[in-house]
This record gives sequence, C-alpha cells and structure tokens, in this order.
Amino acid sequence: MSGPKLRILYFAWLRERIGTAEEAVALPEGVATVAGLIAWQQSRGEKFAAAFATRTIRCAVNQSFAGLDAPVAAGDEVAFFPPVTGG
Amino acid sequence: MVTIRVQAEPFDIGAELSVLTAGRADIGGVGCFVGTVRDTAGGRRITAMTLEHFPGMTERAMTDIAAEAGRRFALLGCTLIHRVGTLLPGDPIVLVLAASAHRQAALDAAAFLIDWLKTGAPLWKKERFADGTEAWVAAREEDERAAARWSAA
Repeated sequence: MSGPKLRILYFAWLRERIGTAEEAVALPEGVATVAGLIAWQQSRGEKFAAAFATRTIRCAVNQSFAGLDAPVAAGDEVAFFPPVTGG
Repeated sequence: MVTIRVQAEPFDIGAELSVLTAGRADIGGVGCFVGTVRDTAGGRRITAMTLEHFPGMTERAMTDIAAEAGRRFALLGCTLIHRVGTLLPGDPIVLVLAASAHRQAALDAAAFLIDWLKTGAPLWKKERFADGTEAWVAAREEDERAAARWSAA
C-alpha cells in the first residue's frame, strides 16, 4: 500500500483493552470520517469490537477534538480515548 | 504572561506565584486553585493515582482554555500546571493561578479554568485501591455541568 498511513493512538482503558498505544494503518477503503473509522474498528475482530462498542469514546484528529462527522484522511493522526477525567 | 505545563514533578506554588506577578504592579489579585489527591473514592480507600495524558494535545488544549479565559475575563496572566504519572494521597495534582486587577475577575477566571480543565484537556485518572485493584475514573456529569455553567457567558 502506498501513500501516507493513518496514525492511530489509543489512551487510558482503550489503550489497555486494545493492547497497543499506537499503530499505523492504511486508510481503510471507503472511510472518510471519524464515524467511518469507528465502524471499521468495530469490524476488526472481537478485541476491537468490544473496545469500540461503547458510545462514550471520544476522538481527536490531528490533536483537536473531533465529532463523528469530522473528516479523516491519509496522513492524519487520529486518537481515540474515554471521556477525560483530569483536573 | 501565560504559563502552561504538564509535568511529573511537584510544583512550587510560591515560586509560580512569584513568576506570575514578577515586575507587575497592575495586578491587584491572584485567584488560586490547587487540586490534590483524595484518599477515598466511593467509600473505597485509595493508595495511589496515576494520570495519563496525550503529550502535545494536552498542552495545546490547556493553551486554548487559557486563551478562552483571557477572552472572558480581564486577566493579566495565568498559570496552569497539571501533573502526570503516579501520585499519592495528599499530593498536589493541578495548579491554577489567575491574575487580574480585581478580585472578582481573578476568582471567576480561576473557577472557569479548573472547570474547563476538568472536561476539556485530555488527561485520565486511574485509581489504585487498598486491595491492589485498579480502575479508571469515570467522567462525572457533575463536572460537565460545572463546565457548562460558563457556556452562556
């Protein structure tokens, strides 16, 4: 696969459940938004399906909070994480 | 001046206050909030707390929050320091300092900054209990409401 990859980051319990903090993948065919990427994650087998089953996952594209409709393109850095609990 | 830091080390409140106010005679007051690790959660005893963050984005989100406070209040400077890593009960976690010419803006800005920091910066807490088990802290609706009360401003 040529072209820039999608860098995907995971934090907190999402990182623990998936078992990795970071991966680089080719942009899955037909994926153009955060919602599309989540649907693809849910199709990656039991571990990913379980981790992405909840509606409470938050996302950031290129380090800015992003909603389900936000665009995702090859070369982007997309992070998935639970609602934040700092402070 | 705006100071934003994410660090493992403890912070020195007196030193940070001096940095914020050095050479400034226009500041009339500094609002301060210090968050510390409680030793209980939901009736269970906590022995440690670990904070994870998103390097780069956390600092960026904190910078955005400070800028928003600057638009809403007559701020003459602020300091936001958040610790990460493993902390023990009683340890300080977060420092918010907000300087203004008058107390109301200083106190309001400090309250705004900590409310927004709790819901708008990518940091996650994991608690370790006395029995050795661990659990990620769930986001609280109460914190969302506290942040939302500023939305109308």
